[in-house]
Amino acid sequence: MAGNRTTKSRFRLDEEARAGFFFVSPFLLGFIVFTAGPLLASFYFSFTRYDVLNPPVWRGLENYRNMLQDERFSKTLYNSLYFTLLYVPTAIPFALGLALLLQARVRGVSFWRTAFYLPEITPAVAAGVLWLRILSAQNGLLNEALAVIGINGPAWTIDAQWVKPAIVMMKLWSVGWIVVIYFAALQQVPKDLYEAAIVDGANAWQRFWRITLPMISNVIFFTVIMLTIFSLNIFTEPMVMFPPQVFGGQMGPQDSALFYVLYLFDQAFRNFRMGYASALAWVLFVITLIIVTLQVRGSRRLVYTDSGQ
Amino acid sequence: MLSSQPVTQPLKPTTRTSTVGRTTNPVRYWLGRLLIYTALLFFALLFIVPFVWLVSNSLKTAEQAFDANWIPRPIMWSNYVRIFQEVPLLLMARNSVIVAVLGVLAVVLSSSMIAYGLARLRFPGAGLVFAAVLGTMMMPGAVTMIPGYLIWKKLNLVNTLYPLWLGNLFGSSFYIFMLRQFLLTLPQEIIDAGRVDGASYYRIYWQLMLPLIRPALLSVTIFEFQAKWNDFMGPLIYIQNPDLRTLPLGLQIFVQHLGYGQFRWELLFAASVLVTLPMVLLFAVAQKQFIEGIATTGIKG
Repeated sequence: MAGNRTTKSRFRLDEEARAGFFFVSPFLLGFIVFTAGPLLASFYFSFTRYDVLNPPVWRGLENYRNMLQDERFSKTLYNSLYFTLLYVPTAIPFALGLALLLQARVRGVSFWRTAFYLPEITPAVAAGVLWLRILSAQNGLLNEALAVIGINGPAWTIDAQWVKPAIVMMKLWSVGWIVVIYFAALQQVPKDLYEAAIVDGANAWQRFWRITLPMISNVIFFTVIMLTIFSLNIFTEPMVMFPPQVFGGQMGPQDSALFYVLYLFDQAFRNFRMGYASALAWVLFVITLIIVTLQVRGSRRLVYTDSGQ
Repeated sequence: MLSSQPVTQPLKPTTRTSTVGRTTNPVRYWLGRLLIYTALLFFALLFIVPFVWLVSNSLKTAEQAFDANWIPRPIMWSNYVRIFQEVPLLLMARNSVIVAVLGVLAVVLSSSMIAYGLARLRFPGAGLVFAAVLGTMMMPGAVTMIPGYLIWKKLNLVNTLYPLWLGNLFGSSFYIFMLRQFLLTLPQEIIDAGRVDGASYYRIYWQLMLPLIRPALLSVTIFEFQAKWNDFMGPLIYIQNPDLRTLPLGLQIFVQHLGYGQFRWELLFAASVLVTLPMVLLFAVAQKQFIEGIATTGIKG
């Protein structure tokens, strides 16, 4: 193929290259129209006041300055970071524990795995409805279960300080996909490493810390990043459980379920403050980049690679 | 840090062990087994019981919907008839199916084309295109949400089903990435043989490549179906016409009216069971593709 190219003019493409462009053309078109274009456009809008009906008006840094004074913005930032910091560090060990149970040479792996995975296939809207009932102060399943061990559970969906822990529990219920990823990663760990360690007398605890964890550390790292991004973008469940139409325009009691994207959505599509919402979107983009960068940096020391570093 | 030193080095020999690592002490072994199975059972129940409980609550009367009984008395099978009168579930299901089916067809066709171009064809700038695919994967949806909405508005397609699936014609970066990895593993001889026989690159894609990557296409199909079936934010942004509501959007609106408004939660529980059922059935027939797809790519629906 390469030979053809030199004989023709530089600007004529051979058949393979023409086919190549043809096949990737849908992506190129979509990239320009729905990714790169919107990225630049939202950056521009973030410096304007724009209500969709009238053309955008340039306002410089006004939107970004307003954020600093916006109490709902601080609230939403707090809520999202609170949720992420509580959820990611609990979900990862929980999912890993379940995957290790599956890995313990048990019978009926596919049955157990299906059980763990079932919540994950439940549509988020249905899960929201179900959890409203589970968390209910009135004979809710959670408080019934807590009563068995002598704990008088709070009103999870009414008491503002318990709303976020409640949502964390709800999301912990659907960690099935992480369990599946971890279980697959555990299968890849070479068996002879364990055998060698056993011969040398390593107990299960030592084998876990010295073999299992290092060998799947790259997968754990990947899930930490994915989960962080998901957590910062949580939207559907709170929107179903605490519709602002019911809570006087707020997201749940005292805006306790006002997560970042919910606020962004509220500003954009309920108040039609597209400029301010675009600025919010860019701040989220930058926050995400910062967090992920920090995680990548931190992981360099913790993630095991074959090179031995 | 965690494992730079060889694993075998600093550990002193302790208990007597058989060759494949099972401690020879039978009491300890069976105690361990018991512990593991108890834990598995506990967590399996933790994940399954809420479903049973949802079904149970969906069969209660409005007054009893929040009582503590596990077995409803009377059992209100009629809730499952009543919900169809209160909520246009069939209409919502029709909209959801249209969006999911068209979305799947569009994304399978486009993503496989793009992946084939990237994996098997040489053309100037291919590396840049692939970098753009990776970049799109990292992009948070919130950043492009508003201009995306304005584009559909300009096209006069807000309040139609098109914005919910038509964008799939441009491919989805996760699927492109996944299918590209899959296509890269195919031997070049297949393509060369096709070329020798005079097949065009287009025919090679359609008649040689597509059949060979069928398992991966099936995974894409399932993930995208699940994603579209569950999509809530899209319809929330683009659909105002009640006749065009999909199941998630319709259900959320009835949480406000039927639930918080009229305290008919038992009907919403019934609706939630019905909305979940198709996914459970899909999972039952395609469990392997779900699990393998997630295990190999880390994508979830």
